[in-house]
Amino acid sequence: MTVVSTSRPTALATSRISRSRLLDTPRAGWAMALPAFLLLTLFLIVPFVLAFVLSFTNQRLVSPNPTEFVGTSNFESLLGANILTLEPLRDEASGEVIRDDTGVPTYPPVRGFTRNNPDFPQYSGMRELFGWQMGDNRVVILARDVVFMRALGNTLLFVLIVAPGQGGLALLLALLINQKLKGVNVFRAIYFMPVVVSIVVVALLWRFIYDGQNGLLNSLLGLLTFGAFKPIDWLGQTGTALGSIIGMSIWQAVGFHMVIWLSGLQTIPISLYEAAHIDGANNWQKFRFVTWPGLRNTAVLVLIVITMQAFALFAQVNVMTDGGPLDATTTIVLQAVERGYVKQDIAGGSAVSVVLFLMVLTISLVQRYLTREKY
Amino acid sequence: MNRRGLLIGATLASVLMTTAAFAATELSMWYHGAGNPVEREILAGIIADFNASQADWSIKLEEFPQGAYNDSVTAAALAGKLPDIIDVDGPNMPNWAWAGYMAPLELPAGTLDNFLPGPIGEWNGTLYSVGLWDAAVAMVARKSTLDEFGIRIPTVTEPWTGDEFNAALEKIKASGKYEYPLDLGMAWTGEWYPYAFSPFLQSFGGDIVDRTTYKTAEGALNGEAAVKFGEWWQHLFTDKLAPGTSQDPADRDSGFASGKYAISWNGNWAALGALTAFDDTLFLPAPDFGHGPKIGAASWQFGVSASSQHKDGATAFITFALQDKYLAAFSDAIGLIPPTPAAAAMSKNYKEGGPMAAFYELSKVQALVRPVTPGYVVEAKVFEKALADIANGAKVADTLDAAADEITADIEKNKGYGL
Repeated sequence: MTVVSTSRPTALATSRISRSRLLDTPRAGWAMALPAFLLLTLFLIVPFVLAFVLSFTNQRLVSPNPTEFVGTSNFESLLGANILTLEPLRDEASGEVIRDDTGVPTYPPVRGFTRNNPDFPQYSGMRELFGWQMGDNRVVILARDVVFMRALGNTLLFVLIVAPGQGGLALLLALLINQKLKGVNVFRAIYFMPVVVSIVVVALLWRFIYDGQNGLLNSLLGLLTFGAFKPIDWLGQTGTALGSIIGMSIWQAVGFHMVIWLSGLQTIPISLYEAAHIDGANNWQKFRFVTWPGLRNTAVLVLIVITMQAFALFAQVNVMTDGGPLDATTTIVLQAVERGYVKQDIAGGSAVSVVLFLMVLTISLVQRYLTREKY
Repeated sequence: MNRRGLLIGATLASVLMTTAAFAATELSMWYHGAGNPVEREILAGIIADFNASQADWSIKLEEFPQGAYNDSVTAAALAGKLPDIIDVDGPNMPNWAWAGYMAPLELPAGTLDNFLPGPIGEWNGTLYSVGLWDAAVAMVARKSTLDEFGIRIPTVTEPWTGDEFNAALEKIKASGKYEYPLDLGMAWTGEWYPYAFSPFLQSFGGDIVDRTTYKTAEGALNGEAAVKFGEWWQHLFTDKLAPGTSQDPADRDSGFASGKYAISWNGNWAALGALTAFDDTLFLPAPDFGHGPKIGAASWQFGVSASSQHKDGATAFITFALQDKYLAAFSDAIGLIPPTPAAAAMSKNYKEGGPMAAFYELSKVQALVRPVTPGYVVEAKVFEKALADIANGAKVADTLDAAADEITADIEKNKGYGL
C-alpha cells in the first residue's frame, strides 16, 4: 500500500510535466511532424485497425454482397484442431490385429471419420496434420486448416534457425573484420553487398544456384566429389526446400547485422582490452569477459530485429517456391497474401495477419522480459 | 448584365455548342498487352479505322502489362474509374460481371452467328464479352517419332483412348531416347494449370465444380472419376513419364525442339515454333479418357464497363472490331485462332490446309470453357494447388477432398455467387 501511495504523486507529476511540454511545443514543431503523423496514420494505424476489424467480418476483395460481422468464425476455421485415436483394423474372425509386411498395424482411413460421417461431427472437414504410434493405436492430430498449420510450423522453424544462426554468423564476421588489417574495408564491402541488392533479385539468382539439374551448387558439389555427387533438386523436394531457403536467407541479411555488431564492437573502449591483456587474459577470456558484456544491448537489438524480419518471411518464398512443394515452404505472410489477395478473401487474410501480430507481440514481450536489465 | 457580358456569354455558348456537335466523344479502352508491339499495331489499326469511320466516338487506348492488368481493373473499379471498354480474360468475366464491373453487351442480332463457342462470353444467360480470337491446346508430336514407335496417329473423330495414350508414353519411355516422353508444361504456373489440365479431369468425367448448380464441388472434384484422374495424374510423375513442378521454364520452351521430350501438351501460340523446328510436326487431339476428348477454350475478350457513360459507343466499337479482316489480322500476327470460318479462311495459318488448321477443328469439336461462375477465380487457384500437390506425391483422395471442401466453402461464403 505504501508503495502505491508514494508512487502515485510522482506518476501524476510526470504526466503533468509531459503534458505541459506537449502544449508548449511551438506550432512549427507540430506542423513539421504533421506529414509524418498523417502518413503513419494512413499507412500503419488505419490498415492495422482495419485488419483487426475485417478479421471478424466476411469482407471480400471483389463482391457485390454487403459486409457482415461473422464473429470469430474466421479464427475458428483457421485454428481449429482435434485429436483422433485410431484403433487398428482387426481380423473379424480371430480379432487379431492386421499387420502389414513390416509388422506395422493397419488402420482405417482418416477420411472415413472426417467426411460425411454423422457419428463424428467434431471431425467434419478436418484433415490429418501428423500422427504417431501409441501401442497398437495411432494418434492423429487433425486440423481444420492444415495449410495454415504448416505455414505456422515452417515460420517458427525458420525463426528458430535463422535468429541464432544469422546473429551468430554476423558476430563472427564482425569479429573477423574488426581488425586493423590492410584492405579490411574490401571485406566489409563484400559481406555487406547482398544486403544492398534487392531480395527479389537475390532470390532469382539463388533459384539458378539451386537448380535441380545443372545449378551452380549441384555442379560445384559434383566437381568437389569427382562426380560421385548425385544432383539434388534443392527447391523441388520437401526435405531440402525449406533448408535451402533458410541458407539463402541467412547469407542475404548477415551483412546487415554484421554492421550492427561492428558498431557495437567499436564502442568498447580499447583500455578494457589493454587492462585484460595486462591481467594475462587469453583471447577467449577477453571475448567472454570484455567483448560479450560490452555487446549486451547490441545483442538484444540484433536478436529482436532478426526475429521480426524472420516472421515476415515472404519475398524469397514467393519468388523461389511459392510455398511448395507440398506446403514445405509456405509461410504465414505468404498465406495472408494468398488468401486475402489471390483468393479474394480479405477477411481470411486479415485473420492470418492478426494471428501473426499476436504471435510477434507475445514473442517480443517475452524477449524483452528475458533480456531485461537485472539489478 | 451589361452588353459586353452578354456578348461573351453568347460567344461561349456558341463555342460550346459547336464543340458538342463536331468533336467526337472520347472513349477510353484498356488492353492487357503492353510490351507486345505486334498486338499493339493491329489494335491501333482497328482503332484508327473506327475513329475515321464515324464522327461520334474516338477511342483512346491505354495499355497495361498482363501481370498487372487484373489488379489495375480491380483498383480502378474500387476507385470508380473504370474505362469504357475493358479487356477481360474469358474465365474472369463472370467474376467481374457479378461484381458489377461489366455491363451486358448488346451486339446487333446475328453478329455472333458463325462464332466458335469459346470467344462468346456469356454468364447467367447474358452476353458480357466477346473475343477476337480463341486459343487451343494440342498434343504436339513428330510424325517420325510416332511412326518409329508404331503409335497410331489419332484423329479428331478417333482420338487416342486413355489406355492407348498411356501405352504410347510407356513405350517411348522404355526406349530411353528421351528425357521424358511427355511435357505437360508444369513450369507454367498460374492459369495454365486449370486451362490445360482441367480438360483431362473433364474427360475422366469429373470437373472443378458441379456445373449443374455451381453451388458445390463435392462429388465433381473428389468423386470416383476425379480420384481416377488424380491417380492417373500422379502416375505420370511417379513413373517419370513427365517432368514435375520443378521443370525448368527454359526446358518448357525449348525441350520439344531440342529433342528432350517426345510429346508436348502445348498451346497454339507455341505452334509456329514447333513447325519451324521440325517439318513433320503434328498437332494431335487430346486423348479420350472415357467422356470424350476435351480442351480448354476462351481467351482475352472485350466488354463494356458498367460505369461507362457511353455504352452505345463502346458497343459500336466492339461490333466494328469483330469484322473478319481484323480477326484474320490478329491470327496472322500472333498465331491465335480466328473465331469465324470466314476469318479462318482469310488467315495464313488456319485456312483449309494451313499449317495450324488442326487447331480450328480442335477448338470447334473439343472445346469446353472453364467453369462459368464468379467463383472461378478462386476455384482455379485451388485446382492449381491440388494438381501441383498430387504431382508432388500428396495422397490423391485427401488432396481432392480438401480442394473440393475449399471450393464449396468459398461458394457458401459468397452466398452462392448470386445464383
